[in-house]
Amino acid sequence: MATYQEFIQQNEDRDGVRFSWNVWPSSRLEAAKMVVPLSCLFTPLKERPDLPPVQYEPVLCSRPTCKAVLNPLCQVDYRAKLWACNFCFQRNHFPPAYAGISDINQPAELMPQFSTIEYIVQNGPQTPLIFLYVVDTCLEEEDLQALKESLQMSLSLLSPNALVGLITFGRMVQVHELSCEGISKSYVFRGTKDLSGKQIQEMLGLTKPAAPVQQGRPAQPQDHSVSSRFLQPVHKIDMNLTDLLGELQRDPWPVPQGKRPLRSTGIALSIAVGLLEGTFPNTGARIMLFTGGPPTQGPGMVVGDELKTPIRSWHDIEKDNARYLKKATKYYDALANRSAVNGHCIDIYAFALDQTGLLEMKCCSNLTGGHIVMGDSFNTSLFKQTYQRVFTKDYNGEFQMAFGGELEVKTSRELKISGAIGPCVSLNVKGPCVSENETGLGGTSQWKICGINPFTTLGMYFEVVNQHNAPVPQGGRGAIQFITQYQHSSTQKRIRVTTIARNWADAQSQIQHIEAAFDQEAAAVLMARLGVCRAQSEEGPDVLRWLDRQLIRLCQKFGQFHKDDPNSFRLSESFSLYPQFMFHLRRSPFLQVFNNSPDESSYYRHHFVRQDLTQSLIMIQPVLYSYSFYGPPEPVLLDSSSILPDKILLMDTFFQLVIYHGETIAQWRKAGYQEMAEYENFKQLLQAPLDDAQEILQTRFPMPRYIDTEHGGSQARFLLSKVNPSQTHNNLYAWGQETGAPILTDDVSLQVFMDHLKKLAVSSAL
Amino acid sequence: MNVNQQAHMASPYRQPQPALQGYSQPGYGEPPTQYAPYNGPNPGYQQGPAPAGYFPYSSLPSKALPATLASDLSSNSSSPLDLGPVRPSPNSGPPPMLTPQGYSQYTQGDVQNGPPTMSGQPHRPPVSQPYLPGSQPAYHQHYGAPHTGMQQMTNQMSGMHVSAPPPAVSGYAPSSHPQTSVSFSGVPSFSVSSQQNSPAASLTHGQPPSQPPFPGSPPLSQSPFPGVPPPGSQAQYSSTPPLPVSQPQYSSTPPLPVSQPQYASTPPLPVSQLQYSSAPPASSQAHYPGAQPPPASQAQFSGSSQTSPFHAPSSSFAPPAGAPRHPGVQPMQALPHSQYLSGPPRQPMQGPPLSQQNHVAPGPPQPGMAPGMQGPSAQPAPPGQGQGVHPHQNGAFGQMSGPQPGYGGSYPGPQNYGAQPPPPAAPPQKRLDPDSIPSPQVSELPAVQKTRHRIDPDAIPSPIQVIEDDQANRSSEPFTTGVRGQAPPLVTTNFQVKDQGNASPSYIRCTSYNFPCTSDMAKQSQVPLAAVIKPLATLPLDEVPPYIVDHGETGPIRCNRCKAYMCPFMQFIEGGRRFQCGFCSCVTEVPPHYFQHLDHTGKRVDCYDRPELSMGTCEFTATVDYCKNNKIPQPPAFIFLIDVSYNAVKSGLVDLICAELKTLLDYLPRESSEADSCIRVGFVTYNKVLHFYNVKSSLAQPQMMVVSDVADMFVPLLDGFLVNVNESRAVINSLLDQIPEMFADTRETETVFAPVIQAGLEALKAADCAGKLFIFHSSLPIAEAPGKLKNREDKKLVGTDKEKTLFQPQTSFFGNLAKECVAQGCCVDLFLFPNQYVDVATLGVVPSQTGGSVYKYTCFQVPSDGDRFLNDLRRDVQKQVGFDAVMRVRTSTGIRATDFFGAFYMSNTTDVELAGLDCDKAVTVEFRHDDKLSEESGALMQCAVLYTSCSGQRRLRVHNLSVNCCTQLADLYRNCDTDTLINFFAKYAYRSILNSPTKTVRDALINQSAQILSCYRKNCASPSSAGQLILPECMKLLPVYLNCVLKSDVLQPGADISLDDRAYLRQLVTSMDVAESHVFFYPRLLPLQKLDVEGDTLPTAVRDSEERLSKGGLYLLENGLHLFLWVGANVQQELLQSVFNTPSFGQIDPSMTNLPELDNPYSRRLRAIIENFRAQRPRYMKLMVVKQDDKLEPIFKHFLVEDKSTSGGASYVDFLCHMHKEIRQLLS
Repeated sequence: MATYQEFIQQNEDRDGVRFSWNVWPSSRLEAAKMVVPLSCLFTPLKERPDLPPVQYEPVLCSRPTCKAVLNPLCQVDYRAKLWACNFCFQRNHFPPAYAGISDINQPAELMPQFSTIEYIVQNGPQTPLIFLYVVDTCLEEEDLQALKESLQMSLSLLSPNALVGLITFGRMVQVHELSCEGISKSYVFRGTKDLSGKQIQEMLGLTKPAAPVQQGRPAQPQDHSVSSRFLQPVHKIDMNLTDLLGELQRDPWPVPQGKRPLRSTGIALSIAVGLLEGTFPNTGARIMLFTGGPPTQGPGMVVGDELKTPIRSWHDIEKDNARYLKKATKYYDALANRSAVNGHCIDIYAFALDQTGLLEMKCCSNLTGGHIVMGDSFNTSLFKQTYQRVFTKDYNGEFQMAFGGELEVKTSRELKISGAIGPCVSLNVKGPCVSENETGLGGTSQWKICGINPFTTLGMYFEVVNQHNAPVPQGGRGAIQFITQYQHSSTQKRIRVTTIARNWADAQSQIQHIEAAFDQEAAAVLMARLGVCRAQSEEGPDVLRWLDRQLIRLCQKFGQFHKDDPNSFRLSESFSLYPQFMFHLRRSPFLQVFNNSPDESSYYRHHFVRQDLTQSLIMIQPVLYSYSFYGPPEPVLLDSSSILPDKILLMDTFFQLVIYHGETIAQWRKAGYQEMAEYENFKQLLQAPLDDAQEILQTRFPMPRYIDTEHGGSQARFLLSKVNPSQTHNNLYAWGQETGAPILTDDVSLQVFMDHLKKLAVSSAL
Repeated sequence: MNVNQQAHMASPYRQPQPALQGYSQPGYGEPPTQYAPYNGPNPGYQQGPAPAGYFPYSSLPSKALPATLASDLSSNSSSPLDLGPVRPSPNSGPPPMLTPQGYSQYTQGDVQNGPPTMSGQPHRPPVSQPYLPGSQPAYHQHYGAPHTGMQQMTNQMSGMHVSAPPPAVSGYAPSSHPQTSVSFSGVPSFSVSSQQNSPAASLTHGQPPSQPPFPGSPPLSQSPFPGVPPPGSQAQYSSTPPLPVSQPQYSSTPPLPVSQPQYASTPPLPVSQLQYSSAPPASSQAHYPGAQPPPASQAQFSGSSQTSPFHAPSSSFAPPAGAPRHPGVQPMQALPHSQYLSGPPRQPMQGPPLSQQNHVAPGPPQPGMAPGMQGPSAQPAPPGQGQGVHPHQNGAFGQMSGPQPGYGGSYPGPQNYGAQPPPPAAPPQKRLDPDSIPSPQVSELPAVQKTRHRIDPDAIPSPIQVIEDDQANRSSEPFTTGVRGQAPPLVTTNFQVKDQGNASPSYIRCTSYNFPCTSDMAKQSQVPLAAVIKPLATLPLDEVPPYIVDHGETGPIRCNRCKAYMCPFMQFIEGGRRFQCGFCSCVTEVPPHYFQHLDHTGKRVDCYDRPELSMGTCEFTATVDYCKNNKIPQPPAFIFLIDVSYNAVKSGLVDLICAELKTLLDYLPRESSEADSCIRVGFVTYNKVLHFYNVKSSLAQPQMMVVSDVADMFVPLLDGFLVNVNESRAVINSLLDQIPEMFADTRETETVFAPVIQAGLEALKAADCAGKLFIFHSSLPIAEAPGKLKNREDKKLVGTDKEKTLFQPQTSFFGNLAKECVAQGCCVDLFLFPNQYVDVATLGVVPSQTGGSVYKYTCFQVPSDGDRFLNDLRRDVQKQVGFDAVMRVRTSTGIRATDFFGAFYMSNTTDVELAGLDCDKAVTVEFRHDDKLSEESGALMQCAVLYTSCSGQRRLRVHNLSVNCCTQLADLYRNCDTDTLINFFAKYAYRSILNSPTKTVRDALINQSAQILSCYRKNCASPSSAGQLILPECMKLLPVYLNCVLKSDVLQPGADISLDDRAYLRQLVTSMDVAESHVFFYPRLLPLQKLDVEGDTLPTAVRDSEERLSKGGLYLLENGLHLFLWVGANVQQELLQSVFNTPSFGQIDPSMTNLPELDNPYSRRLRAIIENFRAQRPRYMKLMVVKQDDKLEPIFKHFLVEDKSTSGGASYVDFLCHMHKEIRQLLS
C-alpha cells in the first residue's frame, strides 16, 4: 500500500479533503487525548476537471432526519432494488428510474471513484448572476480614474446576461438607474441615516404598490420592470454604464483643511444589501465594494472626520479607546448576516495608504464568502490584476465563482459535527449529528457559503462520540458526507456530494496506526484556524498560551522521551514538522498584531481561514527559494542562515513575494554586470527568480505584493521579519557561525523554541 | 352719494312699497327697533311733509355728501375756494356767508370745514350741488350751505346720513321747521330721505309748485312733495341729472334766489350751480351729472338744507335762513356739524346728522311729526302726501326712530343685518327706504311713487360717484407731498406724485392723515391709525424710482439713539454740525464727511442735492455691517419645484411649465444696470420623492438625482444644482425637454409637500444665498413624510365656534419650517392646481410667512386656465423682488407701531422679517399712542427696509411720512382714507378669524365702525334728529365697503365656496395693498355699450348691483382676481357681431377665455381695455363670459356686492340701515 502521504494526497485530489487524522480513534476519550481534534479541511468545490456533472438528481435516504445521498459506501441489494443508508441504516427503495441497475450497470454515484459527484439540478427559474458595484468617490483623482477604468474593463469580463448595478458614495450615496436615456438618473441617500431594508426598498420604489404580501416567503424575484431600473443585463447597458462610469466625478463636497472626506460606506453597503434583498433574494449576487478610505460618517463609521484623531490602532483597541469599533462592527455584522441570509456575497476592495476599517467590515466578507483585497492604491497593478482575477474562468470558460452555497454534513453515528471555521454562516439546522460542543461555527449541520470558489476551504471539526465501552468492530469505518448545493456561475443549480470514510482504530492498541495517519500539515492549519478563531475574541497572549499548551500536550502524547531528559525527546516523522509550523504560526501576523494595523490583521486572518491547505501553509511558514551560481534553485530553510551574499532569495509569504539579492549579488547588479554579454549567466541568474515570481503572481488571488529588494534595502524587512532568527545581535559572536545575516530581534529562534518545547514536554511537572 | 343711496334704497323698498300702507305701519311696527330712527323720521315726515322731503335728501347718508354738496355748492359759488387749495377758509368763509341762508349751519359747517377740509370739500361739493337742485329752495340754502362747504367738510361728515330725522326733527323742527326742513334736505339720513323723499319729492315736485308751496307754507310743501318731491329728490340725490322733473323743480328752485345765486356765483361748480340756478330742468339734470358726487352729498345736505327750504322753510328758509343762518352758523362752525342746522343754530347741531330728521321735524307739522315719528305719525305722513313717501321715510329713518312699532316689521330686516340679514326682513326695509329714495334715477313721477317706498339706492352714498369725483378733481395736477398731513387722492384716481419730502402714496397710505394727539381721542373715535406700506411698490412710468444714496464706508447716517436714518425730518443745528432727530429728538454729531453749512433758513445748503434730505423715499446702499453674518451676500437663486404626480402630468401642467420655463428664464429680474441676471436657477421635480437635477454646464446631459428619504430632506448635490442660466442653457433646455417625457407615464398619485420646501431651503443653505422657491403643486400631500396632511374639510364646522380651526394649519410643522425659511431668506411662492381639497390653510403657511404668494387654479385645465397661470408665472418670476428683508417702522415719540399685518414673520415685536419682498406685497401697520403727540410737530414715521437686491446687493429703502396731529376729532374725520381703513379692517378681521368665530369678528367690525361713526355723529356732526344717519364725508363709503368686507367669502361663506378658497382669499388679502383690496371688495363694473372706441377714456363705472345692468348692455366686471364679461340678453346684434363675431346671443360660447380678435374698433378697444385691466393687477384675470340668465350668472352676481348675496350677505341698503341702527343705539 502506498504511504499515508500518497493516500492523503489522493484523497485531497479526489475529494478536496484533508483530515488531521486519517485513522480515527474509536472512542471519545481517546479522541480527546489526541490533542489535535478530529477535523478536516474541506474544499467543497475543488476543481475537478475530470468530474463531469451528472444531469439528474441525487437519490436521498427516505428517513426524514437523514436524507443522506446515495453513495458508493452504501450497501445495495440489486435484486431487491434496495439500498441501505450508510449513515442511518435505513433501507430505501431505488426510485423508478433506477429499475435497470445491477452490479454491472451501476449509476455513477455507486462507483467508488465517484466518492465525489456533482449533480445538476433543474428547478426553478434561472437567475443571472448579479454584480453590484459600490464605488467610493472620495478618492484621489488618479485613483478614481484607475478604478473607473478597471470597472469599465470588468464589464467586458462579465457574461452578457449578468445583471449589473452601480452605487456610488461619498458624502451621499447614489444608486444609479441604468435604464434611462438622455438623462442619467440616480437615487440619492443621505450618508448618515440608517435605513431598514424595507425603507430602502420603498425609497427606491421597489415595493410593488398593490401586490398582496405573501406570507413567509419573500416574493419571488419578480417583476423585473421594477428592479430593472437598477440592475440591468450587461449587454443592454454596456455603453450606458461605461459612459456613466466615465463621467463619475470625485465627491464634489468640499473637504475642509484638516478633515477627512465624509464617506458613507456604511450606508452604501446597507443600501446595496437592501436593494438586492428586495429584488433578488436567494440568488447569486456579488456586492463589490471599492473603497479608498475609512467610513467617516453615519452608521458604520470607523473614525471621525477630524484628521487629528487617527484611526484606531491595536493599542487603542487594547486600551478600549476605539470609540466606534463596537458599534461599527455590530453594524457591519448585522449587514453581513442579512446579506448572507439572502445568499449575496460582499467583496471589499480597500485600497488606501491608511486603514480603511477592514477590522470593522471584515465580517461582511467573512460571513458571505466575499473577497477582501487590501492595497495602497487603486492605481496599482495589485488592484488591477487582482480585480481582473476575480473574473477568472475555469477550463469550461465559466467563472470560478459560485454562489449561495449550502454545505450540509452528515456523519455516521460515532461522530458528530461540532463546527466549521471558514467563510460561512450557520444555517442553524439542528440534527442528530450535531455535537453539543461547538467549535467555530457550531450547533448546526448546515452552513451557508454565499460566495464560494474552487479554493474556498472550510475547516470542519468533529467530535467522536462513541463511548469507550462500546468499541467499534474491527475494520469498522466511519463515514462523513458533505452535500454542497450551490449556484454555478452558469446559473445552474448544482449539488456536489462528497462521501468519505476512514477506519476506526483503538487508540490503545493501535496508536501507531493513528500516529502514522496523522497529517501534520492539515493539523497545523486546522489548529491554526482554531487559534485564529480564538484570536478574534481573546487576547493575543492567551491564544499563544493555548497554542503552546496544545503543542506541548501533543508532544507529550506522541513524543518519545525519557522523563525530564530533553535530549531524549524524539518525534516520529509524521509529527516532525508540526512544532516548526507552530513556531512560525506563533510569529505569524495571524496571531501577532505587533507591527500590524488592525486592518492588516483582519486582512490576513480573512485569507487564512479560507485558503486551502497549501496556501495556508505558505502563510504559516513562508517558502524560501535560493538562487545561486552553484546549482538550480532550491528551497532553503526559512532561517537567517539562508541569507547569503552570493544568493538571490525568493520568499513567498502568500501576501508578499520578496526577491532579495544578497550583498554581493546586489553589488554586481549595481555594477551592471548583467548588461555585459560576458556575464550573461549573471543576467540569467537575476532573471530566474523574477520568472518564478511572475508565475506565482499570475496565479494567486489576491495578487501578492511584489517586493524586489537587496541586502540592506529597507524592504528587506519583509524577509528579515519572517526568517527564523537563528542569528541575532545577541548570539552572533557567541555562535560564531560561518555565514548568514544577523537579525536584530529579541524574538526567540526556532532552536530556542524547540529547546524549551522539549524541556516542557519531558517535564514531569506537567 | 346720498342721492344715489336713496335711489337704491328706494328701489329695494319700493317693491315692498306697493303696500305702502302696509309699510306705513305694519311693517314698521316691528322694525321700529331697528328702524326706530327711521320712524323718527317718519313722524318727521308726517310733520312736515316737506321735511320728509328733506329727509330723503338728508337721509342720504351723505350728510357728508350734502356737506360736500354744500361745499361743492359753496365751491360752486365759491367753489374756487374749495377747489383752490384754499378751500378751507376761503370757500368756507365766503360760502358760509352765502350759505348763511338757511344753511347757516352749513355755513358754519362750511366755515369750519372750510379751513380744515379743504380737500374734502371739493370732492363732495359736486354732489352736493345736485342735491341742491333737488331741493329747489333748499338748494339755495343748501348751496349756501354747501358753500359753506366748510360745513360740508366737517359737516359732510356729520351731515352724512341722518336717517331718523323725524324725532329729532320734531325737536328741531319745532325750532325751525323751515330750517329743519332744511336740515332735512341736508339730512342725508336715508330714512329721512325716504320719507323726506316723499316729502322732499313732494317738495321737489312741488317745487315747481313747491316754490309756491314754499312760500305758501309747509302744507303746501307737503302737497308738493307728494307730487313732485320724489322725483325731485331723487333727481337730486341720484344726482341723476336727467330727471326732468327735478329740473323743473330746480328750476322752481331757482325761485330761491339766494341759493341759486350763490351757487351760480360759486364759480367752481358752475355746472351744478348753473343747473340749479340756471334752468331748473335741464340744468339741474346737468348739475347732477356734472357734480355727481357732490350732488349726492349735496343732496343730502342740500336735502337737509333744501328740504328745509323746500318744506316749510323752503320759502321762508331758503331765503332767509339761507344766508342769515349761515352766518349764524358760521359761528357754529366751531361746531362744524352745526352747519347743517336748518335753523341756524339747531340745524348745525342736528344738522348734518339728524338734519333729515330735523328736516322732517321742521315740517311744520312737527307737532304732527312728532307723533307721527314715533310711529303712527309717520304713517300718517305717508298717507298725507305720497303715502309712498311716508313709508319711505318711515322705512328708512322713520322706522328707525319711533314708529318702530309699525315699521318694526319692515325693519326686522335691518336687525338681520346686524346679525345677518334675514331675507324676509329685508324687503320691508326696502320698502321703507324706497319711499325715501324715490326714484332719483327715474325722475318720472311714477317711478317716484314707486320709489317712495324704498330707500333709493341712488340716494345713498355711491362709491362710483366718489371715485369719479376724486378722479375728476384730483387727477389733473400732480400730488406733491411737501405738505404735512395732506391726504392723497383716492387709490382709484390716477395721479402723479411729486416727492417733496414725504413718501408717495404708492408706498404708504394712512387711514388718517391727521392723527389724534392723545390716545383718549384715538380711543374715543375708534378710528384705527394704520398705514399700509408697500415698500417696493412699482411706480408709474412717469415717476422716478428712489434715488440710491451712498454714505460711504461707514454706512447710512443715523440717529444715535433711535437709529432712524437720515431723512428730511432731521433738523440740522449748530451750523450744521449736529442734527436733531425728528423721531426721538436726540442730537447726533454730523460726521465730518457729511458736514455741510446751513443756509439762512436752517436748511443745509446741499439739501436739494441729497435725496435723503429732500425726498420722502430714498435708498441707501448698505455696508457689510448690514449683511447677515457680516458677509456680502451671494446673488439670490430661484428654484423651481414641479409636481410630477399623475394629476399634474395628466392635466398638461408639467408640459406647460417646462415649455414656459425655457423662455421665461431669459427674463429673470436684474438690476437695470446689468445685462444679465445674476440669479441662479435650480430645478426639482417631485411626487412622493424628490428629483434634483444637476445641470452643470459641463455636462452633456442633465443628471437626475432622486431623493426618496423625504423624512429627512437633504440636497444631494453641491455643484450644478444652482446654475447660471446662460452658461447651462443647453443642459437646462435638454432637461426641460425631458421632464415631461420622463413622467409621461407616471402612475404616482401621492405627493409630499413639506420636504419640497425643505429641499429648496437646504439647497439655498448649501449655496449660502437667499432665494425664492416656485412650487407647482397639485394635491393634498398624503404621502408618508413630514408635514403629511389629512383631509379635514368639514363643512359642518362652518359657522360654528370651531370654524376657526379650519383656517389654522393642521400642524405646527409648517410654522417651524417657515421660521427656518425666513432665517435663510427663502421665500416660497406656491402655485396650486388642486382638483379637490388641498388644505390651503396649511400649505399656505410657509408662503405667507416668507413673503411669498399663493396662486390657486382649481381644476386646472390648460385650455381654460393655461393663460392665466402662465401670465401669473411670468409676472411672478419677473417682478422685482428683494430678499432676506427686514423692515422696521420708526415713529415719533408718542406713537408706536404695535401691530403688523401681511405676509411675513416676526420673531420680535418690532422687526418684520420677510424672506422675500416683492413689488406687490404690502404690510399694514397699526399705530397706537404711548404718549401725547403735538400738533406742532405732527407724527412722523419712517419705514426702513433692509434687503438684498436681485443682484445680491444689500440695500436699505427708507420711506418717510409725516402726518398732522389734531386735538379736534373733526380734523381726524376730515382726513381719513376709507379705502385704507377698509384695507386695515379686512386684514384685521381676516386675521381675527384664526382665533374667533367669524360671527364675533363680523360683529366686532360692525361695532367698531358704528363707534367710529357715532363718535363722529356725537362730536363732530351738527345736531340733528337721531333718525338721521350722518356720515363723515371721508367715510361716507365706509358702510358700503364694510358691508363688502363682511359679506366677503371669508367672513360669510356661501354654500358653494370651499374651505380652500376661503383660506386662499384670506391669505391673499393679508398682503394686499389699498388699491387691490379696494377693487377686491368693491369690484369695478364697467358698462360697455357706449364705449368710446377712439379715445382712451373708460366709461364711467356703475355700481355693483344687478339693477344697474341693462338687458341690452355689455358689462365688464373685475375684482383683481376675476374678470367677467356680462352679456345682456338683449344686446344688439351688431354689438355681438363686433365683439364675439356671432350675431346671436345663443351662439356665444360661454367657455371662451379670450375674446376673438376681430378687426373692428369696438373689439379692439374692448380687448385693449381688458388687457389694460389685466396689466393693472398683480394677478392675471381670466376672462369669463357670462350670459344673462345663463348658468354661470350666479357666479357673476356674487360680485354684485351692493345686492343681497345668496350667502346671506346684506344688501347695501339693508346694511346701511343696520349701521344706522347700531349708531343710534350707541348714541342713545
